[in-house]
Amino acid sequence: MPKSFTYRCALVLAAIAAAAWLPVAAAEPWTDEEAEILRSLSLNSLESLPAAGGNAVADSPAVARFGHRLFFDRRLSSNGGIACATCHQPERRFTDGLQKGVAVGMSKRNTPSIVGAAYSPWLYWDGRKDSLWSQALSPLEDPNEHGSNRAQIVAVVAADAAYRATYESLFGAMPALADNETVDRVFSNIGKAIAAYERLLMPGPSRFDRYVEAVTAGDRERQAELFDADEIEGLRLYVGKAECTQCHNGPLLTNHEFHNTGVIAFPGEVPDKGRASGVRLVLADPFNCLGAFSDASRANCAELEFVRTGPELVGAFRTPSLRNLAGTAPYMHKGQLATLAAALQHYNDAPPAMIGHSELAPLKLNSRELQQLEAFLLTLDAPLATAGEWLRPPPD
Amino acid sequence: MKRIRNSTAVTVLVCFSAWAVALAGEHDHHRDQHHWMSAQGLYEVRYTSALQPIEINRIHGWVLHIETEQGDPVENAEITIDGGMPAHNHGLPTSPRVTKYLGDGNYRAEGFRFHMKGDWQIRITIAAGGKVDTAVIDMTL
Repeated sequence: MPKSFTYRCALVLAAIAAAAWLPVAAAEPWTDEEAEILRSLSLNSLESLPAAGGNAVADSPAVARFGHRLFFDRRLSSNGGIACATCHQPERRFTDGLQKGVAVGMSKRNTPSIVGAAYSPWLYWDGRKDSLWSQALSPLEDPNEHGSNRAQIVAVVAADAAYRATYESLFGAMPALADNETVDRVFSNIGKAIAAYERLLMPGPSRFDRYVEAVTAGDRERQAELFDADEIEGLRLYVGKAECTQCHNGPLLTNHEFHNTGVIAFPGEVPDKGRASGVRLVLADPFNCLGAFSDASRANCAELEFVRTGPELVGAFRTPSLRNLAGTAPYMHKGQLATLAAALQHYNDAPPAMIGHSELAPLKLNSRELQQLEAFLLTLDAPLATAGEWLRPPPD
Repeated sequence: MKRIRNSTAVTVLVCFSAWAVALAGEHDHHRDQHHWMSAQGLYEVRYTSALQPIEINRIHGWVLHIETEQGDPVENAEITIDGGMPAHNHGLPTSPRVTKYLGDGNYRAEGFRFHMKGDWQIRITIAAGGKVDTAVIDMTL
């Protein structure tokens, strides 16, 4: 065999061997600047939970245990059949898989997840609540949700011997429920207990978070084990051309802000005003940060005190976290988009808003890129970081 | 002699370039890294953020310092703040405002929060002694 032929063969074999490693070799290493952006999205960058200024008992384990019971208690409803967990189902990442929540009636909007919600300064799609404890009160009195009212809710707690004893050990003697303010006080404490439980619901590290650790360590072999070529390209689009991090930034992949993205109205309904109505409601809410039942000082209510108002908020909705997307379809404020592919197509098309002005511009991604983006987004799914006992109804 | 002539030429060139760059900067932005002149040149604005470096998604306060063109502190001005991201056609996510005059041309402004990385503009409108002017602070996060 001529030497040159052997040499040529060796070259071809080397090329084939290199091709087998192509997925590793093809992935361009992340620049330092890109790696920094990836780290900013990782759960390792999640800061400790901000203090719940308005809820002095937010971090009490005993209060959280009480809240856990209340969260799963169906007696807190007009028909005895609806608990918080009816719509916020632990096995579905605290959503319900429906376009709009179904309880006593049909809710007006899609059931958002509660996981990581304690980090958000605003609750609900329209941000009409500014704390977890205040939010927890609203569904109890919504005719389509628990369908109850504060007097009934407080009466359930006062009449149940175990609840009453727990309440008194945590909040002091149960007062005679003789006037509205007293009822409101007990009612607000019930919200604070549910909020203390909800503060425990935290997202767990996903494959993406492990990938970022491998990027930080410069371990390319581990990176290739964790992400395939499509997922890497999807992540590149996420932080680059698709501009997802404009709104879905930080470790929870949300800026907790309100944006009009031109999502079409729910069939048969007039377009939802979103934040424009939410901001009016939160400012008028007696259970807001500055209200009589809040434990916060004025200095701890900066979000409410400096809240933005104005026409830009028409049709704007709160940016949801993108963690655990796989289990939380359908998407958008009324569950208008059934699949993740449909949601991505919406951002790619960027249709004009039916109400207000959409902030989107068409992304001009091709179908392959949309698939890659979707592949990346699915890497954000992970079991909760919360201990299993909190994800089940409490034992009797 | 030739060497001297060359080095002189280089010096002239360097000086002229520096002067041209400085002039261009002044002409384009009416500011350097730390000072912003208002549109009509009535006021000079400086700010100090309590959050340094400024990060997205964190509410925080600034101290604004306002001087006249002559360098005198502007006392008890009425100041309004707005702004946004021109590239994204949206305003600020909060309504920051001056909450206290601290003296010596210094004003405490609270309620700043920026929810996206990118180019922001903060418009500071100053009304003092019947003279109103606006400075635009360009900021990249």
